[in-house]
Amino acid sequence: MSAVLRVEDLSVAFHTRGGTVHALDRVGFTVGAGETMALVGESGSGKSVTAYAIMGLLEAAGRITGGRALLGETDLLATDLSRIRGRRVAMIFQNPRAALNPIRAVGRQIADVLLRHGGATSGNARARAIEALRAVGIPDPARRANAYPFELSGGMCQRVMIAIAVAARPELLIADEPTTGLDVTTQAVVMDLIQAMAVQTGMATILITHDLALAAERAQRIAVMHAGHVVEAADTATLLTRPLHPYTARLIAATPTAAGSLDALQSVPGGLPDLRGSTIPPCRYAARCERRLPACDGPLVTRSAGDHAVACANPLEAVA
Amino acid sequence: MTALLELDGVSKRFPIGRRRLFASAPPPQVHAVDDVSLTVAPGETLGLVGESGCGKSTLVRLITRLLDVTRGTISFDRREISDVPARLFARDAARVHIQMVFQDAGESINPRFTAADAIADPLRRLLGLRGAALRARVEEAAEQCGLPRELLGRFPHQLSGGQRARVGIARAIGTRPRLLVLDEPTAALDVSVQVTVLKLLQRLKAELGLSYIFVSHDLNVVRLLCDRVVVMYLGRIVEQGPAQAVFDAPKHPYTRSLIAAVPRLDGMRPDVPRLAGEPRSPVDPDPNACRFHGRCPVGEARCGAAMPALRDFGQGRFAACHLAGEG
Repeated sequence: MSAVLRVEDLSVAFHTRGGTVHALDRVGFTVGAGETMALVGESGSGKSVTAYAIMGLLEAAGRITGGRALLGETDLLATDLSRIRGRRVAMIFQNPRAALNPIRAVGRQIADVLLRHGGATSGNARARAIEALRAVGIPDPARRANAYPFELSGGMCQRVMIAIAVAARPELLIADEPTTGLDVTTQAVVMDLIQAMAVQTGMATILITHDLALAAERAQRIAVMHAGHVVEAADTATLLTRPLHPYTARLIAATPTAAGSLDALQSVPGGLPDLRGSTIPPCRYAARCERRLPACDGPLVTRSAGDHAVACANPLEAVA
Repeated sequence: MTALLELDGVSKRFPIGRRRLFASAPPPQVHAVDDVSLTVAPGETLGLVGESGCGKSTLVRLITRLLDVTRGTISFDRREISDVPARLFARDAARVHIQMVFQDAGESINPRFTAADAIADPLRRLLGLRGAALRARVEEAAEQCGLPRELLGRFPHQLSGGQRARVGIARAIGTRPRLLVLDEPTAALDVSVQVTVLKLLQRLKAELGLSYIFVSHDLNVVRLLCDRVVVMYLGRIVEQGPAQAVFDAPKHPYTRSLIAAVPRLDGMRPDVPRLAGEPRSPVDPDPNACRFHGRCPVGEARCGAAMPALRDFGQGRFAACHLAGEG
């Protein structure tokens, strides 16, 4: 499978009054055509920062301090993204009602994207916008095109966001917690829609979520992030059944499942380390880890066996 | 065992639009909660689930007596509390015993209160505690919730999500209530922290002999924590019963779809049709049709002609569906 996106050694730092926060450290992963890859981790793990860095949407305090994000031949980190964003890469945000323009009818917002990136003309933009609304399963699209975001439910707004995101048939879609705050029933329908769009257009999808179960159900591959590192990446079944990184195993043990009891669940002890200054430990999980060895204070090395990569000096199983 | 809390035929309607002088028809009404009857036994945890807009929050606000009922009665410890107007309930003896834990303690705690102030506030207002007695009770509640004393002087923004959740719980148990209403207490937390808060709740319940009403979107969490579960749809109870039994073999098609929509770690999805569309309008709904009719994957003509009653299936199980089997 050819990689649509190849992220290599992406590092991001934020300059704050309290010091420089090294939010991402040499993050790397690939996403193949038609593939859904989930970025999973706790809040503060750097999932969204990764997405924003790739999209060139980091806030002013954020600086990309190294790495590449190759979309085909284009390094997204070194290019003017104004002609790429919305056309070759698109993003769906967590709160769809906040992400849409509140004083513009949703049909016009879709038409805007079609005019700029989708090759529509002023003559056919409205018709194509209505067609796009129909494609994301909005009933009575001709009427809903005139609706404002506040007139639509959260699930409907997210459908509109999806219509906007896929309007120009992007190669890559980044969905940042697309269903957080939606009901489970709506979540299922919205995720079905994203996956159907991916199959139709062959686009690659990065699904950012804190919900390991959602990732398990929807992604072919999962990359687990912790404090700005990708600590483990593998295909979904392997990651869930034979995790190598202690943090991944802990995360799985903390996720409520249909079968388990409360007593069987375990929390992940400790919190994220302070990512300011120059004294950040090489393995950012070491302070929380019960498998810590002296070697963990040495440089962090990512080893891989086939498709399964883990950044740990003492993984749960030996890596060749 | 007598019930600690008993709701009998509780309804809440909100009129919308203007009430016109000499109007022939009454103004349209939102039927937020419609004919809900349920009980909570001492020491029991009752889960309340349903989509947004199903009336969970209104029901919670009725139970905690922040709203007045339109119809029906609410009794706490065999005394009717629904006849006390909401604005006077703050001074009612039962106020001390019905306390609430809100969704995101970071949002619900006064940002200018320290953790100690937040926990002390209801003790001052409801129990009139002052000085050393107040201090002792605050420390006791904090300790029960695993909140270190050093953190009591901090403001909400100086606390982590898990610590804030503990402050919210400590504030609620300070008055030594008998019923705790928890509205999505872990929704704002990461899974790593969620587990510790859930275990804290379970321990407190056992130690203090509390009853819980646990409102949550997260069905996996409800299954872990609750003895019984009530499923609501558009203001009405569509199913209730022992949590394990309802989750293992739901009787109402809505419950089935709801459970099937929950993502599972093993990625296995039960073969149940997706629930497309959205609930119907809660404004003056047809009294002679099942509220789920039209969205229901198995509905028949009669579902649009008669509202199904909540039927008893034995072993504490009830479902409001014409088509629910006896199995």
